Amino acid sequence: MMMRARILAAAVTAGLGLALAAPASAAEGNVELPKQNWSFNGPFGTFDQAQLKRGYQVYGQVCSACHSMHLLYYRNLMDIGFSEAQVKEIAAGVEVTDGPNEEGEMFTRPGRPSDHFRSPFPNDNAARAANGGALPPDLSLIIKAREGGANYVYGVLAGFTDPPAGVTVPQGMHYNKVFPGHMIAMNPPLSEGLVDYGGEPKATVDQMAQDVTAFLAWASEPEMEARKRLGIKVMLFLIIFTGMLYAVKRKVWANIH
Amino acid sequence: MSAPAINNRFLKWFDDRLPVVSFMQHELHEYPTPKNLNYWWNFGSLAGICLVIMIATGVVLAMQYTPHVSLAFLSVERIMRDVNYGWLLRYLHMNGASMFFLVVYIHVFRGLYYGSYKSPREVLWWLGLVILLLMMATAFMGYVLPWGQMSFWAATVITNLFSAFPLVGEPIVTWLWGGFSVDNPTLNRFYALHYLLPFVIVGVVVLHLIALHKHGSNNPLGIPHKGPQDSIPFHPYYTVKDLFGLGVFFIVYMALVFFAPNMLVEPINYVPADPLVTPPHIVPEWYFLPYYAILRSIPDKLLGVIAMFGSLLILFVLPWLDTSKVRSARFRPIYKKLFWVFLADCIILGWVGYNPPEGHFIVIGQIATAYYFLHLLVIMPIVGKVERTRPLPDSISAPVLKGAHKEKA
Repeated sequence: MMMRARILAAAVTAGLGLALAAPASAAEGNVELPKQNWSFNGPFGTFDQAQLKRGYQVYGQVCSACHSMHLLYYRNLMDIGFSEAQVKEIAAGVEVTDGPNEEGEMFTRPGRPSDHFRSPFPNDNAARAANGGALPPDLSLIIKAREGGANYVYGVLAGFTDPPAGVTVPQGMHYNKVFPGHMIAMNPPLSEGLVDYGGEPKATVDQMAQDVTAFLAWASEPEMEARKRLGIKVMLFLIIFTGMLYAVKRKVWANIH
Repeated sequence: MSAPAINNRFLKWFDDRLPVVSFMQHELHEYPTPKNLNYWWNFGSLAGICLVIMIATGVVLAMQYTPHVSLAFLSVERIMRDVNYGWLLRYLHMNGASMFFLVVYIHVFRGLYYGSYKSPREVLWWLGLVILLLMMATAFMGYVLPWGQMSFWAATVITNLFSAFPLVGEPIVTWLWGGFSVDNPTLNRFYALHYLLPFVIVGVVVLHLIALHKHGSNNPLGIPHKGPQDSIPFHPYYTVKDLFGLGVFFIVYMALVFFAPNMLVEPINYVPADPLVTPPHIVPEWYFLPYYAILRSIPDKLLGVIAMFGSLLILFVLPWLDTSKVRSARFRPIYKKLFWVFLADCIILGWVGYNPPEGHFIVIGQIATAYYFLHLLVIMPIVGKVERTRPLPDSISAPVLKGAHKEKA
């Protein structure tokens, strides 16, 4: 009994240490984020491939006009259910600068699956110049890089409203419920039916915001499903093995107590 | 308990030339360990295993990492995305640092509770503190390597602390940076030192073990062992107990690695370092928060820096600040309560360190800082003198022997 109490105490101490850093997500910003029931939440959560493909469609047709995702390769799209032929076709749809060739000249060629996602602007300054001084952030890690993760990104995408009475929105800015400070340079990017989902589900703003957020979550943590699958096995093994070690410990110590 | 003779002919031949087998037997099998050690004594060997895990994962990560300001962030993401099981290695290393500190802090507080720093174990205590300081330097430099926003700004803030010293401050900072701002030379030297210091830690750990084996472990009663009836061989009793503890440790560690790998990091460190954009809220890793709170509680920069370093250095004289002859808090009714107040004070400091220095956090931080020093510098010396301690048992196995006497009678 004594021993069990001590193990418990040790576990509580461990928990305390971890809890110390836990309020990290709660501290920033005073806005209550809309909590969504993501398919990838929790230890058994997985990505919904159909949703990821729709999400890529939204990124490719809408977001990619301004936002790069330079950590991703076109080949990565095979992990969310696109066939090799489809990926080749997607990649071939962009012009990539390559070179220098034998004459020392840079040239353009159609993209290949081994190319990084093409960035919309050659550099940050060009991106700022085209966007009224604001830099559209790279989206490769956006879910990991923001307090609140997927809920935050979804919240921003679905959070464009008219400003409350008395709030004036400066020229070139837009009111957003979730964005820190509420003034965001990005135009409301989504509108009903903007992307053709081919009938099902209906391409509402909310649906597209959810889909593209799920796609970005996958892009931030492409290893998530493999990680959780391995994690379940590791935890099962450890719990059984530690139980066995406890039994051995009891047996070895039997003649001491 | 004497070790069995070496029976294997080859081992005997080898041991006669390099006495590793008899060394192991001496230090593991014959090494007498108090029979009453509780589970808080598991954390020493756990810390050793953490060090091994950190070095093993770190060496493999180093094979894939590039210490250059324009490539460091990308090379870490390449490890996460394209290296086979690279995500696992990095998450093991990153969360391993937190687990290492958690284990070591429990180990330190166990020492505080049971008076393990008292004579004749002062040097053992010093070596432990040296390990803690080296760990902090190593962890800080490791946190800089991914070259995210918090890496860069933590490096800037912490190295700038040295500028508080008059005259020598600015040259020291320039020397640390290898230039006039945190830049590529800074990243390169931090990488070199981050690789070097763990091996220095290994060296000090060896000294820590030599010092430990000189007088043996303290124990929950805090009284020396008086004969063979008080002790048992380390192996198999404590090897198996440590293994069980290791299993429990791994359950917590792996839960973190596989299911909440980013719980303990600031999200903004997934944004590449940008010297032109200061994050709204710069916070260190959780294991530095109490010191950060002490630093910020004192309005003067130099005094703040002195207090922060002092909060650790003061522990070196703890064996003399604690005037009580009795080691274990079990027999010290007043100190026992004060121990928990002190632990709570450290946790409050951590909580204050996490929050921005505004409003009531300033006052709470100042009170907690004052209490930290008051506890060590004033309360401990006085309590040790005035406290009426409870009677100590005759020996570790005294209660057992008393039982035996009764049986005889």
